[in-house]
Amino acid sequence: MKICVLVKEVPDAAVTKRIDPSTGRMDRSGEKNLNPYDTHAIEAAMQLKEGGEVQVDEIVAVSMGPVSAVRALHKAVSLGADRSVHLSDPALAGSDVAATGYALASAIKKESPDLVLLGQQSDDGECYTIGAVVAEHLGMPSLTQVVKMDVEGEGVKCERQAEYGYDTVQVTFPAVISVGDAINEPRYPSLKAIMGAKKKPLETLAAADAGIDASMVGADGSQVQCGEFKAPPQKAAGQIIEDEDTNDTVEKIVAWLDERKLI
Amino acid sequence: MADILVYALHYEGAFNKNSLGAITEATKLAGETGGKAHAVVVGEGISDELAATLGDYGATKVFKAEGPEGLAQPVIDTMASVMTENGIDYALFGGGLLGFEVGAGLAARLQAGVTMEVTGVLVEDGKLVAERPILGDSAISQSRYKTKGIIIGRLNAFEAKASGGSAEVVNVTVEPSAQAAQASIVSRGEQRGADVDIEGAGTLVAGGRGLGNAEGFDLLQDLAKAFGGSTAVAATRAVVDAGWYPYAGQIGQTGKTVAPKLYLAAGISGAIQHKVGMQSSENIVAINKDANAPIFEFSDLGIVGDLNKIVPKLTEAIAAKRGS
Ligand SMILES: Cc1cc2nc3c(=O)[nH]c(=O)nc-3n(C[C@H](O)[C@H](O)[C@H](O)COP(=O)(O)OP(=O)(O)OC[C@H]3O[C@@H](n4cnc5c(N)ncnc54)[C@H](O)[C@@H]3O)c2cc1C
Ligand SMILES: Cc1cc2nc3c(=O)[nH]c(=O)nc-3n(C[C@H](O)[C@H](O)[C@H](O)COP(=O)(O)OP(=O)(O)OC[C@H]3O[C@@H](n4cnc5c(N)ncnc54)[C@H](O)[C@@H]3O)c2cc1C
Repeated sequence: MKICVLVKEVPDAAVTKRIDPSTGRMDRSGEKNLNPYDTHAIEAAMQLKEGGEVQVDEIVAVSMGPVSAVRALHKAVSLGADRSVHLSDPALAGSDVAATGYALASAIKKESPDLVLLGQQSDDGECYTIGAVVAEHLGMPSLTQVVKMDVEGEGVKCERQAEYGYDTVQVTFPAVISVGDAINEPRYPSLKAIMGAKKKPLETLAAADAGIDASMVGADGSQVQCGEFKAPPQKAAGQIIEDEDTNDTVEKIVAWLDERKLI
Repeated sequence: MADILVYALHYEGAFNKNSLGAITEATKLAGETGGKAHAVVVGEGISDELAATLGDYGATKVFKAEGPEGLAQPVIDTMASVMTENGIDYALFGGGLLGFEVGAGLAARLQAGVTMEVTGVLVEDGKLVAERPILGDSAISQSRYKTKGIIIGRLNAFEAKASGGSAEVVNVTVEPSAQAAQASIVSRGEQRGADVDIEGAGTLVAGGRGLGNAEGFDLLQDLAKAFGGSTAVAATRAVVDAGWYPYAGQIGQTGKTVAPKLYLAAGISGAIQHKVGMQSSENIVAINKDANAPIFEFSDLGIVGDLNKIVPKLTEAIAAKRGS
């Protein structure tokens, strides 16, 4: 079977994320990295491949994003993907969730995968929903926040936490599954894999190559316009204690609690 | 005039509190535009009587379909059909999990815009505008929709208010999409681990991944014992998923909503999905070794340090204080 893993380039965790007031979009000028949640999706694909319960012929990393997103794809390949597809076109910039999902689905269609894996959320947009949009366009079932996935029959048995406890759902292939970060502990890439990543095949697609209807993507093609950013109501800043002398710290905490009759 | 369709999540004979809140909110918003709020229910053998009770929260009609519960696809199929046939342009969901999957799939099916984590909705020129806190709640963005809009609320964003109405129940049969047959529920709502009561506690000592392992919770049990009275130990999803603590003790989006007099966190980062379940606590204290942890943004008292050093001594000091 073939697995497509969706990966996104996001601002590095160390960068303070902000909206660029001049464009109304995410400021992406700082250090960038592969979305950390996506490493769990790649690891899940690798474990299926190595587990031997199904024969995984190929793992393909797919990303939509500007030229720099190539680095996220290289990282995905160093973590185990066999090759990658980079959907990149100025016409796609500013796409909302529905447009991004549509565009990604168009690129994935060309691959006809049996399974599409993705992360539980991106570290920047945090919309949690790309998987459901991709699935709808591919005509596949979709499940999100999956923390256990076992091959069973012609599909996978998935466990995830929902509103009332843990649900177990049997899904048959082809399917789109977003994995929660508790599903596995992603491996570190070997130096050899990092060095070799740039040599693995990378296909770059423009919107037209993927058969994308340009009127349905980009800022103009998006159905939702986000803007008019404003500051949230401010809660008074709390008191902060830096723990230097723990006895002293504990005394302060107890006094604080005692003052409020919380002990 | 804008009618709004709300998904009412059903489980074991009752509707989800967040869904009821969404119906109340939708009724208010639709009213402002001269429209109506309706609800959708998908389930196995849900009675008309039960469905009609959604009218108590403001629903005018309840569209009821037979189908498996806990899966997104049957709900997407039903809502898409109801919205198309009745010319409804907006859908509203209360906070949770299934609403995200249904809402996003519905947006794709209907070519609508979608906004999630919404904490407020306004009416502007007869159209809905959704407000969403973004980037760790550091800013709020407003979403406007070209034509159709799917709005997914944040947990506890909308309050349910009963007003004593009854809704007309319309039974609908919808042709399922092909992929609906590819997912089936094996079991739903499994409670993993012991039954702990965190909703009744006056003080909650909560632990996260920073505890390092399941044994880390022993530290918190000791601290809870020192506090005495109605103190309980709670947890984040990260540690419940890891099997370190029972699901019944989880706070947040897919766990419990709590508001104790004192909430004390150890080794919890303060993710939004956790925050939504505890932000109404009267006093919030957090111990975290990372000075930039988001939890300090909403703590009344923050301690930057190693919980392994601080918690044992704090336990001793509180026990001594209470023992004296
Ligand atoms: C602060 C902020 C708020 C936003 N709010 C909204 C909103 O309310 N409504 C809306 O429609 N749009 C919104 N957007 C735009 C939205 O984030 C983008 O459309 C984005 O491309 C997709 O959403 P996500 O990254 O949040 O996806 P998520 O659904 O959080 O991502 C889940 C997974 O999908 C995969 N994935 C996501 N994007 C890509 C990609 N480009 N290439 C490959 N894989 C990918 C990854 O595996 C990722 O782990 C917002 C953006 C920002 C920065
Ligand atoms: C749809 C959805 C639903 C979700 N529902 C929930 C929910 O209901 N409840 C919930 O809690 N989460 C929920 N989450 C998950 C949430 O996003 C976070 O991943 C989770 O809350 C993080 O848990 P944590 O704080 O324990 O772990 P982490 O985020 O890993 O934080 C651990 C913290 O411990 C600190 N630390 C480490 N070592 C020490 C030490 N020795 N001393 C002091 N501090 C230390 C670290 O600095 C860090 O800040 C949900 C997510 C999604 C996408």
